[in-house]
Amino acid sequence: MSATGKAWDEGGPERLYAVDQNHGPQPSPPRPVELVSLIVARAEPEPGTAPEQAAVLRMCQFPLSVAEISAYLVLPVSTVTVLLAGLLEDGRVEVRAPVPAAELPDPELLQAVMHGLQNL
Amino acid sequence: MDYRTSEGTAGPRGEDLLPASVAAAVKVVIVGGFGVGKTTMVGSVSEIRPLTTEETMTQAGVGVDDIAGVERKTETTVAMDFGRISLNDKLVLYLFGTPGQERFWFLWDGLFEGALGAVVLIDTRRLEVSFDAVGRLEERGVPFVVAVNAFPGAPVHPTAELRAAMDLPDSVPMIDCDARDRASSRDTLLALVRYLQSLHTVTPETP
Ligand SMILES: Nc1nc2c(ncn2[C@@H]2O[C@H](COP(=O)(O)OP(=O)(O)OP(=O)(O)O)[C@@H](O)[C@H]2O)c(=O)[nH]1
Ligand SMILES: [Mg+2]
Repeated sequence: MSATGKAWDEGGPERLYAVDQNHGPQPSPPRPVELVSLIVARAEPEPGTAPEQAAVLRMCQFPLSVAEISAYLVLPVSTVTVLLAGLLEDGRVEVRAPVPAAELPDPELLQAVMHGLQNL
Repeated sequence: MDYRTSEGTAGPRGEDLLPASVAAAVKVVIVGGFGVGKTTMVGSVSEIRPLTTEETMTQAGVGVDDIAGVERKTETTVAMDFGRISLNDKLVLYLFGTPGQERFWFLWDGLFEGALGAVVLIDTRRLEVSFDAVGRLEERGVPFVVAVNAFPGAPVHPTAELRAAMDLPDSVPMIDCDARDRASSRDTLLALVRYLQSLHTVTPETP
């Protein structure tokens, strides 16, 4: 929940793919991760860090999906989710949520997907 | 949990790193019966060497030797191939290829939740292996296109016949593809996106 009492930025997540978006650093409340949530490390592993959590911190110097973390660690997604919950709690990782599910995907999003595929 | 010495170096190769600017991901699921070319399609369009993720499913046991009052639980590990396509510097697409045993992967709720849509691959020699996938996508309301994977020696049927055999509504696009070919697989994904765009222009009325 927003401690500042600011209204939810409803247009936020959906617009992340817009090229002209200007996102400053913003603290985000922990939320559950999904298969294609992108994880970015915000801390270095410390001597006491559990080995698997340390491995996550090391491999997430750049954004990496939960699915990729699961693949590289050879661990089920649910196990990775638990590992990440611990890292999220104290802000050692940042989560970039997937474009939210909608009955019909946003036309702008579809346009971005279309262009991306055409450039392949 | 076992640790290997390689543990410390687990992670993406340098060329598989995403730029720091990537802000969000979308996903598409490739479904169909066993051996229809799902893994092949993921591999042909992915920018990374395809990876495998897995999930443990717990299912209420189906009464083989049930003792009254005791519910048996079965644990199954479902493995899934996936690949990745960077769409621009902010957005990335993940493609998941389901394994042949669909009764398990439809238990994986997180797989279809939030997916843009799905591609159903069919092999005209064995249409029936993809029937179940179509039915379950319809049940879940996941939009999909059907891609006819070109296997050598496979009989060529008029689209209308295939549609009838699969009981597909006219609105669902059916396209030919060669899952081994990158351009053809990309075009299949483009057909899905165009279909999703077309859903915006029709009034979504329930019959
Ligand atoms: N000729 C031809 N062969 C293909 C094509 N797509 C796949 N194959 C071959 O068909 C076989 C099965 O393909 P896979 O991609 O493994 O199929 P799958 O759907 O992932 O199979 P399961 O995961 O076992 O369900 C492989 O030997 C592929 O090389 C195609 O478009 N044309
Ligand atoms: Mg496969």
